[in-house]
Amino acid sequence: MLEYLAQQSINALQLGSIYALIALGYSMVYGVLTMINFAHGDLFMLGAFACMVLALLLPVPLPFVVVLLLVMALIGLLGALIERLAYRPLRHAPRVSAIITALGCGLVISNLTLVQFPYAQRMPTLFTSTTYEFLGLTISSLQLLIIGVSIALMLGLDFLIRRTRYGIAMRAISFDSRTVPLMGISPDLVISLTFLVGAGLGGAAGVLYGLAYPVIAPSMGVLVGWKAFIAAVIGGIGSVRGAVLGGFILGTVEVMTVAFLPSTFRDLISYSLLLVILIFKPYGLLGRAPNQKV
Amino acid sequence: MKILPLAVAALGIVAWTGCDGGGSPSVKIGLNTELTGEMPAVGASSKNAAELFTSQINAAGGIDVGGQKLPLKLVIGDNGAKADQAAAIAQRLISQDGVLAMIGPDASACAIPASEIAENLKCPMISPWSTNPKTTLDSTTGKPKAYVFRACFTDTFQAGVLAKFVLNNLEAKTAAVLYDVASEAPNGQATLFKETFEANGGTIVSFETYTTGDRDFSAQLTKIKATNPDVIFLPAYYNDVPLIAQQARRLGITAPFVGSDAWSSPEIIKLGGADIDGSYFCNHYSTQIATPVAQKFVADYQTKYGQPPDDVAALTYDALGLLVEAIKAGGKLDRTAIRDALSKIEKYDGITGTMQFQPPSGDPIKSAVVLQIKDGKFVWVANAQP
Repeated sequence: MLEYLAQQSINALQLGSIYALIALGYSMVYGVLTMINFAHGDLFMLGAFACMVLALLLPVPLPFVVVLLLVMALIGLLGALIERLAYRPLRHAPRVSAIITALGCGLVISNLTLVQFPYAQRMPTLFTSTTYEFLGLTISSLQLLIIGVSIALMLGLDFLIRRTRYGIAMRAISFDSRTVPLMGISPDLVISLTFLVGAGLGGAAGVLYGLAYPVIAPSMGVLVGWKAFIAAVIGGIGSVRGAVLGGFILGTVEVMTVAFLPSTFRDLISYSLLLVILIFKPYGLLGRAPNQKV
Repeated sequence: MKILPLAVAALGIVAWTGCDGGGSPSVKIGLNTELTGEMPAVGASSKNAAELFTSQINAAGGIDVGGQKLPLKLVIGDNGAKADQAAAIAQRLISQDGVLAMIGPDASACAIPASEIAENLKCPMISPWSTNPKTTLDSTTGKPKAYVFRACFTDTFQAGVLAKFVLNNLEAKTAAVLYDVASEAPNGQATLFKETFEANGGTIVSFETYTTGDRDFSAQLTKIKATNPDVIFLPAYYNDVPLIAQQARRLGITAPFVGSDAWSSPEIIKLGGADIDGSYFCNHYSTQIATPVAQKFVADYQTKYGQPPDDVAALTYDALGLLVEAIKAGGKLDRTAIRDALSKIEKYDGITGTMQFQPPSGDPIKSAVVLQIKDGKFVWVANAQP
């Protein structure tokens, strides 16, 4: 029984770390712009496809870390570009316009990918996985890699936000976006950087997801994107640590309901539980009520 | 996701009606299939086979309708593998494009709603690949629909074939089932398999579900592993099976996989690799035991498209064959005459074997095969008669 619980915990950790990585992108953008970037799920999907194309196109097989960094840079730049071209002109438009634009950008990304890859694709093997058995547990090196890389990226982000000048500027904008320009900080630059980092993490999640579940399709960003968005809301959207917490909670709840209850009830039970959390903590677990501006 | 295919479909309407004005008389047949969405390989096969059939019959002079040779004209609609879109396309093909009969949809989730439309509008419909019993049965009365037919066997028959194969040929006593609870065909196949397997003396040790779009099955598979089944039954489409198989092998599950006809696309081999090697599944036909008619079809298809036809292609070709047979027998361009002639077809030698309808049922009596995936190929293992 204990082994079973431990095995399911490993499953939950893997799923949760991917949800958390994607949830970060939603939460960071909301933090600085109070806008929900609905194209984020599709950027995540594009990360997986970019990884596949890179692995297939390059004549020399690159080490995994290089592919990961390349994809992060690529998707990050695309995220920043979308912000510059599509969201910035709408900065002062009604919020619903920005949300519709984000949905539109997501549709453009997923449908352009669909034109290029109408069929589901198999992800090439970038990383030869070995399975270890100990104490009755089965764990693969790929699972360790996914969990390890995710946690490393999250710690890196935490450092970036808490210890660097950019992080301080980002938190300042999130706190009071009108006063910050008076302090000589360019909000546009900080916002661009936020999109770069957030989308880059989404791209990294796409790579890890593609390795873990090596059949990738242009439609896969929708469902995973929604789940990660829910995770961000549970954790308290706008809060970076909250997004990570929400991701792991969602992963754990999903896996554990299947582990101990009939799997047919998975979505019903897991999402009811999340609704209960929101009843008691309407701003999410680590979220704070918006400061009312007069 | 939904807007673009619809927009394309809307453009398609304009294009079709645009070039349709006037024109010489022809036999217009609609094809309602899954060109985009979750299973584009299914739609592509259906479209390829239908176009091959059309070009062949037109090259031979067309269809003999009451002494007059008329060309066959195909009107293709994309249902996006979505139930609502399939119903909308059926409505459009039948009322707007005025097709004489409709082929498709292929997936049961699409074929069931589309069959309601065809039945209400009294237009003959033949689904090539939908095996769910509900497609040809009226949901309120439980009686057969008058205008809906299929070219394949039903899940009730398939479940019997698979349950007996697992018990007798694989000599397995226990089975686990993992299926997509939100998808019509897998859902029906899982339930029917459970019933038949248990009725024949087997034990289902684990009956687990997931939802369309899921890619992580580790929780369900860990649960299945704990019950140690002899085989795992996966009535899932070709895009889910490779992921389930890979995750199962990674968790150290060694039991063989058994699947339904939803596996039959060659894509499953491309996506699944070594993890699905050695698995068995029930299918509509095998190129290895093909009759001369079937061999010719396989060769023609291979020449035209550079790949062997899967069973969706073969069944679409058969559905069109059945339909043309009925049009000839009916002798006029009339939907009811075609329906009547179709239900009276006594024996049709198709690519997927001989078929026969027993009025009032729209389900043909035909055999099935069991195939194994071996070294990246579908290998024939057994035949199953009705």
